[in-house]
Amino acid sequence: MKALLNWPRRLVFGERKPTRGVAITSLLLAALCCLWIYPFLWMISTSLKTTGEIFMGTGLIPETPVLDNYARAWTDAHMGSYFINTVLVTVGSLIIVTVCTSLLGYVLGRYSFRGKSLLIAAFVATVFVPQGFTIIPIFEMLSFFKLSTSLWGLTLATSGHAMAIYVLLFAGYFRQLPDELEDAAIMDGVGFFRIFWYVMLPLARPIAVTVIIMQVLHAWNDFLLPLVITLANPAIRTLSVGIYAFKGEQSIDWSGMAAASTISVVPIVLLFILLQRYFINGLAGAVKG
Amino acid sequence: MSNRKRQPRALYLAMVPGLVLAGMFTFYPILAAGYYALFDWSGFNSPKMFVGLDNFARLMTDPFFWGAFQRSLIFLLGTVPLQMFISLWIAVLLNNQLLKLSNVFRTLIFLPVVTPVAVIGIVWTFLLSPFNGPINGLLLDLGLLSRPIDFLGSSDTVMPSLIGVYVWKWLGLTMIYWLAALQTVPEDVYEAAKLDNCKGGRLLLFVILPIIRPFALVILLISAVGALNVFPLIMSMTNGGPFFSSEVIEIFIYRSAFATAEGTRTQLGYAAAAGVLFGLLIMMLTLLQAVISRRSGKKS
Repeated sequence: MKALLNWPRRLVFGERKPTRGVAITSLLLAALCCLWIYPFLWMISTSLKTTGEIFMGTGLIPETPVLDNYARAWTDAHMGSYFINTVLVTVGSLIIVTVCTSLLGYVLGRYSFRGKSLLIAAFVATVFVPQGFTIIPIFEMLSFFKLSTSLWGLTLATSGHAMAIYVLLFAGYFRQLPDELEDAAIMDGVGFFRIFWYVMLPLARPIAVTVIIMQVLHAWNDFLLPLVITLANPAIRTLSVGIYAFKGEQSIDWSGMAAASTISVVPIVLLFILLQRYFINGLAGAVKG
Repeated sequence: MSNRKRQPRALYLAMVPGLVLAGMFTFYPILAAGYYALFDWSGFNSPKMFVGLDNFARLMTDPFFWGAFQRSLIFLLGTVPLQMFISLWIAVLLNNQLLKLSNVFRTLIFLPVVTPVAVIGIVWTFLLSPFNGPINGLLLDLGLLSRPIDFLGSSDTVMPSLIGVYVWKWLGLTMIYWLAALQTVPEDVYEAAKLDNCKGGRLLLFVILPIIRPFALVILLISAVGALNVFPLIMSMTNGGPFFSSEVIEIFIYRSAFATAEGTRTQLGYAAAAGVLFGLLIMMLTLLQAVISRRSGKKS
């Protein structure tokens, strides 16, 4: 009986008896967290209610959960195809970004050549340029290449937009790796790209994880660029833009919008919870590096 | 770095993809924006007319530009300190070794960070709605209000509401940065402080903060840059309204360039000039910050 009563305490505080400070802190934080995630609870709850029930102002738990809203959001509001667009842009830009920035960062971090410090300074200078600043030339250039209304154009632009910081992160990490492994490989006559791929890149895994996670977040969240590129071609909208458009067209369909929101939140949140350790360590690496 | 001069061709080959990408989407647009700023250019398909610095002269006297600039700064000054202090406080609480649930708390507080901004904008628009919005509902039920507040629809409350939502969205990220910084504080520092009976605010202010100061500067910089990129949040919540009272610079640029309001014409050159001017102002602030941080770094 006693063990039965004690398990919640053990779950929360472990084997040691909690001090009063720890207990109070836990309670405080638990209350804060409930408030903190209330918008998510409200969103999921609303997505399961009928329109009538929402405006009656009942509690969070719907009387009879309905899935109609999801069907409406998935097909009528095209969230299904926007979902696929977002995945394509995210994965595509992820591949482009990782290849381009790791190679460039490797060269900048470990080799010396003329103009190197100038190039690094140029990258540093661009880190702080806000997105709104560059959107017009980017749109115009994409139009010039006939890419301004295509997923390819969106993928390319999403890759190029935030890469300066990744290049600098890779360069900084590669620079502080020891020379020995690389020297040994060079002695053995291994070629440049093979050394990079088999020796150096595996060593840079922590920073690669950081870059991958930052880019996934960036691509999944990006708004201005997809908004501008999809103005003329609604078929290639991403989830973010799709939801924004949904709000403009159906401003009273709260439950439909809550369902659409849930659809675009769930994958990234699941990914986060599954890969939590990498997310946290990866983002922490951005400050440490 | 050791002087390795082998394989220069492979070296340049390796740099090509990254440099092409950076050239197209990082370097070229900045230069081009500066160039377009010198033209009167009313649409992507119309001809450009060279007007020199006219756009800048017009910006200098455009109350909408300066209003937007002011709001961008208000947003920056409103969010960054709040975000830094609250997240530091939570990070210190979570850093407690005895707190077994700290991973759960951390995950929950981090959730808004991974949520797309457009979704956050939509959900908060509902939560703050004066018509059946749950926040107004709660305040009415508690008797704190006699009639609902139109948080996003009145010019007095719109900026504080947006600042609040922004801080909620990004606090988790700053918290992770602080936690990473706190990990670098050695255990014996805490023990020494305990022996000296130094705890709470004093411990944080006089012992911990000086140790993690280099991180604090990086975190400050990252937060400040973030607070200038608020376009998605404001666009999805208020479109810069009501009556421009939440129009920050990025919304101003977007509105000038893509003319979403009826009866206005697109002015791409003017929008580019606004971007350049704002970029220059921000660069000056960044340089100022760098100078200050270098000076304070020398002292210690």
